[in-house]
Amino acid sequence: MPASKAQAMVADLVMVDAAPAEDAAALERLALWALRQYSPVVAIDGTDGLVIDTEGADHLQGGEALLLSGLANRLRARGLTARAAVADSWGAAHALARLLASDTTVVPIGDISQAVIDLPIVALRLPAETIQGLRVLGVDTVGQLSAMPRAPLTLRFGPEPARRLDQMFGRVAEPIEPIRTPELIEVAKNFAEPIGAPETIAKYVRRLVGQLSTRLADEGLGVRRCDLVIHRVDNTRQHLRAGLAKPVRDPARLSKLLCDRIETIEPGFGIEKMVLVAIFAEPLEERQVASCLIEEEIADVSPLVDILGNRGHRLFRVAPVASDVPERSVRRIAPTAPDIGEAWAVKWPRPTRLFANPERIEVIALLPDQPPAVFTWRGKRRKVARADGPERIFGEWWRRPREFQAVRDYFVVEDELGERYWVYRAGDGIDPETGSHLWFVHGVFG
Amino acid sequence: MSKPAHNPVLAELRERIGQLEGKAARAKAVLPFAVPEMDRALPGGGLAFGALHEIAGGGGGTIDGAAAALFVAGIAARTRGKVLWCMTRPDLFFPAISQAGLHPDRVIWCESDKEEQVLSAMEEGLSFGGLAAVVGELVRLPMNASRRLQLAAEKTGAMAIVLRRWRRQNEASDYGQPTASTTRWRISTLPSERLPVAGVGRARWLAEIMRVKAGECAEFEIGAPDAKGRVCLLPTSTGRADQAAGWRSLAG
Repeated sequence: MPASKAQAMVADLVMVDAAPAEDAAALERLALWALRQYSPVVAIDGTDGLVIDTEGADHLQGGEALLLSGLANRLRARGLTARAAVADSWGAAHALARLLASDTTVVPIGDISQAVIDLPIVALRLPAETIQGLRVLGVDTVGQLSAMPRAPLTLRFGPEPARRLDQMFGRVAEPIEPIRTPELIEVAKNFAEPIGAPETIAKYVRRLVGQLSTRLADEGLGVRRCDLVIHRVDNTRQHLRAGLAKPVRDPARLSKLLCDRIETIEPGFGIEKMVLVAIFAEPLEERQVASCLIEEEIADVSPLVDILGNRGHRLFRVAPVASDVPERSVRRIAPTAPDIGEAWAVKWPRPTRLFANPERIEVIALLPDQPPAVFTWRGKRRKVARADGPERIFGEWWRRPREFQAVRDYFVVEDELGERYWVYRAGDGIDPETGSHLWFVHGVFG
Repeated sequence: MSKPAHNPVLAELRERIGQLEGKAARAKAVLPFAVPEMDRALPGGGLAFGALHEIAGGGGGTIDGAAAALFVAGIAARTRGKVLWCMTRPDLFFPAISQAGLHPDRVIWCESDKEEQVLSAMEEGLSFGGLAAVVGELVRLPMNASRRLQLAAEKTGAMAIVLRRWRRQNEASDYGQPTASTTRWRISTLPSERLPVAGVGRARWLAEIMRVKAGECAEFEIGAPDAKGRVCLLPTSTGRADQAAGWRSLAG
């Protein structure tokens, strides 16, 4: 559309000169960010998009849907408007991200054909003349095109439409060449004869790690994330990513992290090339370890955190939060975070196990502030021998306005067998505004 | 062994066996409870470092393992260094753990999806060295797994503690199965200490040593760990005497 026509259609239109070079540079920065954060395989898709291979990387973010919404939210927080889609093939994801109105789309495995059948043929990444020609023939949607016989189509438009269709439906492989920049430190090893035995792979992984750490040492860097790319003889690739909590260039630690997962490598007909890339490197200074004869040395646990974290365990430490509401008084922090130094200030007894969902109990109790005399929990009736309370906890209206008047009265109750529970009543026992006056078990004491 | 043998032949034999077992080289470190009666029941005078200990709850505690978890927290609090705590069900309430003296900065929590992953995380933590104790909450502990944990613990001298926690109370009969653990405990709750006023006093537990290598079974009534993780021995409660009297009257 010419600029004059656009100005005629919209009043006060702001015109900005296009800057393709700057756009491309910004897109590359975004691609490198996604490469560090999300997946080992990220590439620039056209002039306006990124393609990310999420296979084997989505579970780290909690699944495809969470990965996608998290990505969209993070981009929005930086002032970027993004639309994203996950599908079985690059072609389908490319089309769905650009042509659907919703911000995020997840196509379940095997449902490509239903998702793309009604899309217009511009979704197929074809040259403009081909699309024009197909429109002349009366072909408007992907579904119509895929129903046409291939031979006349190829005769008239060349092999391109059929190839693009096959790529969209995932019938033809379309490898993604991940983005690389000159700053990334990369070491590679080509094999004259394809290798496949785990011991051989481990041997060459160690050699590559040795070379990489020499290169890192030259530049004074330590690696935070490194990828091992395995090229197989049948022109397919596999990626292994190792993440570290702190920058590291110790060859023994890095090779342990990579060799730990050798059993997940499928050598197929053999491996012809292995590449080790330091995707994310940070400056690493040598530190002098002072040895003191008096103080006992507390070992640094970050190697263990790296090993367990790369195996898919969720590691965390907990830190206190200034909140009286029990479920809000704890937050998780990174296992290698600096020491907090303080613990919970509360002196009242707290249960060892806290239920995520408080469980309803049937109670006989004197209102307003007497502990229960008898309660029935999980179908068993328990007579209360001793009790302590109430400990009144008020709602936090500054977090949620609905909690303005909410009150919980907590009691420690002990049944005749000596089992101790933390029960509470929602509400203060008099005013129905403060809660439902139902009783719950919230935790078990030791 | 705490007591020197009187017979020199026996002593020599013991030494040779010890050499075969590979334990003679390392002086065995233990973590005493600072309760003489309990320490006397354990060889070496306390819970051994570099060994596997199994702890479970009794009664309702077989499912929630609340008392057992607090007992473990008290043991871990008295060690020095970091603690790795592996689990699949993250329902521990950390303020209670910190009330038993285990500072939150000292514990790294490791949440896994499967039981086998808990075992592998424990083994990795034990063979890492530099941790004081590694705790794992497990439903099943097969012989082979326990042997691996015991060997990993022996290598580095970290204390391995398995907190057994079943899904259903009747599954707890599994606790009789043999494992390679050095000691096996059961912690059951008892009515709390009586106060002169209405209220709940210090929690009382029945701690049973069900099995200990080179030692005899024993049971104690103890008070729950205080703010430094120390337990104390309590005189046998009147409540239990009443119960026994009740049984006697039923029998008679």
